[in-house]
Amino acid sequence: MVNIIIWTIAVVTVLGLLLALILYLVAKKFKVEEDPRIDEVEKVMPGANCGGCGFAGCRAFAEAAVKAPNLDNNYCPVGGNDTMAQVAAILGYEVKAKAPQVAVVRCNGTCQARPKVNSYDGFSSCAVKATLYAGDTGCSYGCLGCGDCVAACQFGALSMDPQTGLPVVDEEKCTACGACTKACPKHIIEIRPKGPRGMREFVSCVNKDKGPVAKKACANACIGCGICAKTCTHDAITVEGNVAYIDPAKCKLCRECEAMCPTGAIHGVNFPKPLDKENIKSRIKLRQQKAAEAASASASLRDPVRANAPAEAVSVAKVKEEKKDE
Amino acid sequence: MSQLIVSPSPHIHSKDSTRSLMLDVVIALVPAVLCSFVFYGWREMLVMAVSVASCVLLEWAITKYLLKKPSTIGDLSAVITGILLALNVPYTTPWWVIVIGAVVAIGVAKMTFGGLGQNIWNPALVGRVFLLVSFPTYMTTWSQPQGLFGADAVTGATPLGAIQEGLMQGATVQDIMAEHGYNYSQMLFANLGGSAGEVCALALLAGFVYLCIRKVIKPWITLSILCTVALTSLVFWGVNPARFTDPLFNLLTGGLILGACFMATDYVTSPMSTWGGVVFGVGIGLLTVLIRYFGSYPEGVSFAILIMNSLVPLINMGFKQKKFGRK
Amino acid sequence: MSKHTFSIGGVHPHDNKMSRECRIEPLPLAPTVYISVAQHIGAPAVPVVAVGDKVKVGQVIAEPGGFVSAFIHSSVSGTVKSIGPRADLSGRPSTHIEIAVEGDEWLETIDTSDTLVTEIPADNKAILDKIRMGGVVGLGGATFPTHVKLSPPPGSKCERVIINGCECEPYLTSDFRTLLEKGEQVVVGAAILKQVMGGVPCTIAIEENKPEAIAHIREVIGKLGFSGIEVMEMKMMYPQGGEKQLIDAVMGRQVGSGALPISVGAVVQNVATALAVYDAVQKNKPIVDNSVTITGQCAPKQANLLVRVGTPLRYILDYLGGVPENAAKVISGGPMMGRAVANLDAATVKGTGALLLLTEKETRRAPESHCIRCGKCADACPMGLEPFLLNKLARAKDWDAMEQNAAQDCIECGCCLYSCPAQIPLLDNIRIGKGIVLGNIRARAAAAKAAAEAAKASADAKK
Repeated sequence: MVNIIIWTIAVVTVLGLLLALILYLVAKKFKVEEDPRIDEVEKVMPGANCGGCGFAGCRAFAEAAVKAPNLDNNYCPVGGNDTMAQVAAILGYEVKAKAPQVAVVRCNGTCQARPKVNSYDGFSSCAVKATLYAGDTGCSYGCLGCGDCVAACQFGALSMDPQTGLPVVDEEKCTACGACTKACPKHIIEIRPKGPRGMREFVSCVNKDKGPVAKKACANACIGCGICAKTCTHDAITVEGNVAYIDPAKCKLCRECEAMCPTGAIHGVNFPKPLDKENIKSRIKLRQQKAAEAASASASLRDPVRANAPAEAVSVAKVKEEKKDE
Repeated sequence: MSQLIVSPSPHIHSKDSTRSLMLDVVIALVPAVLCSFVFYGWREMLVMAVSVASCVLLEWAITKYLLKKPSTIGDLSAVITGILLALNVPYTTPWWVIVIGAVVAIGVAKMTFGGLGQNIWNPALVGRVFLLVSFPTYMTTWSQPQGLFGADAVTGATPLGAIQEGLMQGATVQDIMAEHGYNYSQMLFANLGGSAGEVCALALLAGFVYLCIRKVIKPWITLSILCTVALTSLVFWGVNPARFTDPLFNLLTGGLILGACFMATDYVTSPMSTWGGVVFGVGIGLLTVLIRYFGSYPEGVSFAILIMNSLVPLINMGFKQKKFGRK
Repeated sequence: MSKHTFSIGGVHPHDNKMSRECRIEPLPLAPTVYISVAQHIGAPAVPVVAVGDKVKVGQVIAEPGGFVSAFIHSSVSGTVKSIGPRADLSGRPSTHIEIAVEGDEWLETIDTSDTLVTEIPADNKAILDKIRMGGVVGLGGATFPTHVKLSPPPGSKCERVIINGCECEPYLTSDFRTLLEKGEQVVVGAAILKQVMGGVPCTIAIEENKPEAIAHIREVIGKLGFSGIEVMEMKMMYPQGGEKQLIDAVMGRQVGSGALPISVGAVVQNVATALAVYDAVQKNKPIVDNSVTITGQCAPKQANLLVRVGTPLRYILDYLGGVPENAAKVISGGPMMGRAVANLDAATVKGTGALLLLTEKETRRAPESHCIRCGKCADACPMGLEPFLLNKLARAKDWDAMEQNAAQDCIECGCCLYSCPAQIPLLDNIRIGKGIVLGNIRARAAAAKAAAEAAKASADAKK
């Protein structure tokens, strides 16, 4: 009996030693020399392997970052500036801080505003639906509501709101990796700068139909009327193909366009106070009158006969009256 | 017309549904079930009732309370598992043993993999083999059929069991068969000891023909099993008829027909392509004969099917459909 | 003669030819027609009329926008009201020419009489030109410009012209009625196609469920005395009318993946296309109308109507008594491959062969359940694919694996989804994958071409 135990122990021990030796030799022979910094960089990466940086995964990003002469073309949108600062520290590069970004859904065709006109009965996927036809609402540009973006999001930052039938972005969780923008067949999701304290203005519609058509399909559609572009004093709004677009780089968050938009297609989020439409409207009116007066004044300089001083008094009085009414 | 429905093509669907296919299998099993009632009487009815009820209830409970998903008992697959399990155990089995079998079949072999379509092994067979290994006393106490209103059962051995026992005692196959008075017409029309489903080959074959006519299954798996068993045993029997049983005996005993017609042809656990099915069937046939002749269990169909079930993913990889216009 | 069919897969839906006894009747003119400039595969046509122009029936209103493109003719006489975007049957905007109908004045060059012209012009080039000018496109569904199909690339040789009269889709009867009522014209059209392809043998393939048509066409061929044209009786099987399947069934040859039928020496044209060829060549009549089957269990009336191109669908249905209350789906085409109509105000195009009305019970999909690995989809697939596998790969977005498993070969016949007992939307997902795989293949080919050109350019520069 004792013999058996001793023999067992001996055999197992020898076997173990032998295998260890083989493993050691193999590991030695097939060792791959690698820049140790790749491992270090990979360690500070978020590890989501989402591909938002344009590489296959975090490891691929680390390899590229170590190889690259600087970090200008390599940026991890998920980790953001913190991660990039760490990466830069490891590699001894400099990195420019980027403004944090977030995914923005540019459709506000809620179930109420955009009634269904037919009943879709295929596989519940935006890609399938978009390949088949224009969609089950009158708007052929808007959200299809099957949630391909939700499925594409690895961070759980997107969810469908059953009330509106539209996806909602959780700003805390969104890393701006851009997976949802690629998944959306209608291209309604845009990665935009988060803005100061999260405040931002955007046109929540991409409908390129002419005004009446768009309006018929959806009460909240941008009808391309151009009022916002005329109102904007910062030259931030362009209207192309019957739809307005606010350039986040130029927008000064004055919210004038939002107040003037006749359909409510322009949305401002995370502002501390609710939008005071009347106040802004009267402010704009005053400014426009002043501009008109300035124009007419300059005209009157050229044509003294048509100088109309009384008009100014009247208009100022009118504005005062309006302010009282509020 | 309120709102038009819009969907990708095709816009119509064949009448087949999972439920209708399963219902066809249940219908195909009816002759065998009726036969077993006639031969074994009320105790077999009890076994059947307990088995079906516990399988269905278990699946319902698991989907509702554990998986928290819509119930899947409507597809009738649990009913089939219940019937097959009942046909695979002796009618003398106590009710609590059957319930344990159902727990293993549905709970372990089916639902842990994700339910119908995801399991690797035929649930009823897993349940049966579990019982065979865990409760050999109950599972090997075979009884002679006594009829619907017959007297108490006379305990005996199945033909396969009797022959194995006899061989171990040094007798020849012919002696044993003569001693027990086995003859083939008796086997074809039941009346031999065995688990309920082993008794009436004709009723089982009728169900098989029904399934083939309804195009629920293709006959190739079943035919290749039966042919392989017949040919292999023919070779052995030809070499030594005193040591090995003859082909016809092998075809008609030990639940081979039940297994070949209803268990091996289970969609989920069999290969999809025709040629894959043939390979699968040949494998089952070979293993069955080898286990019967050389194994320690007298019966090998269950084990053979389970072993080949495990190889199905491999077989599926090996046998792909020929693609149009490609070599 | 034994009945032929293709070698892999196929399904047997109930053929439901409810409108088979209804003669083709002309539909009264709609007050306004909307003629799309994108009625064919390839580049949209370019309008050549202006708002306010007076047009006659058969007048060219849009010219081809590229090599693979087709002429568009006015189907009515009247005034052009507008040219601009209008929603097609899927609700997507595309350019339509709106014409208000005034009278019914045909272009003088068109022979509108019923006399049968059997004399075929000798000049093949002139024939091809007439087919091109007549705006003839494949009316079997793909609407590929016919003159392009009849001009095989150099080096390939046509060995047989196949006229597709299978009409394997359930419900549809317009080809059947055309064969019965315009059999002579179809046979002359077939003879023209045969001559253009170099006098090769010609087979008119008709499925066994149309015995009257088979007998009639055999009689017509005998009466007109064309040699080398035969009728082949086909077994009933869907999708026999698929080009690749039909070639397999008739000639026993399989067109390779991504290859054209001409690679195995076949040219396939639909019965309606043969008729259009006859009209264009013998009568100078371009495609201005086509026969449309209006059918379905809940259809207000079974009918085969001769409909002018551009007629709003709602007008057709209203003519027959309106869309019934219990109709839940209107399909342009057959139930297996037709397109569900999202917009009844859309107008017909050249390729519109049927309007099928289905009730909710007939068409609503049952909820999807787990795959039970029955393999019925693989058995049904006429291309020998494994739809269950492709569906899984498409959901996992593994496009490379889809390409390895030949997703690009899918002909979207719908047999897999039709036969799946678990009602898994196989084709919905495979179609997406197929699109992406085809895109990848094209991108690779383009990249390879660009690389080859760049290499050649650099080699030239070195010289």
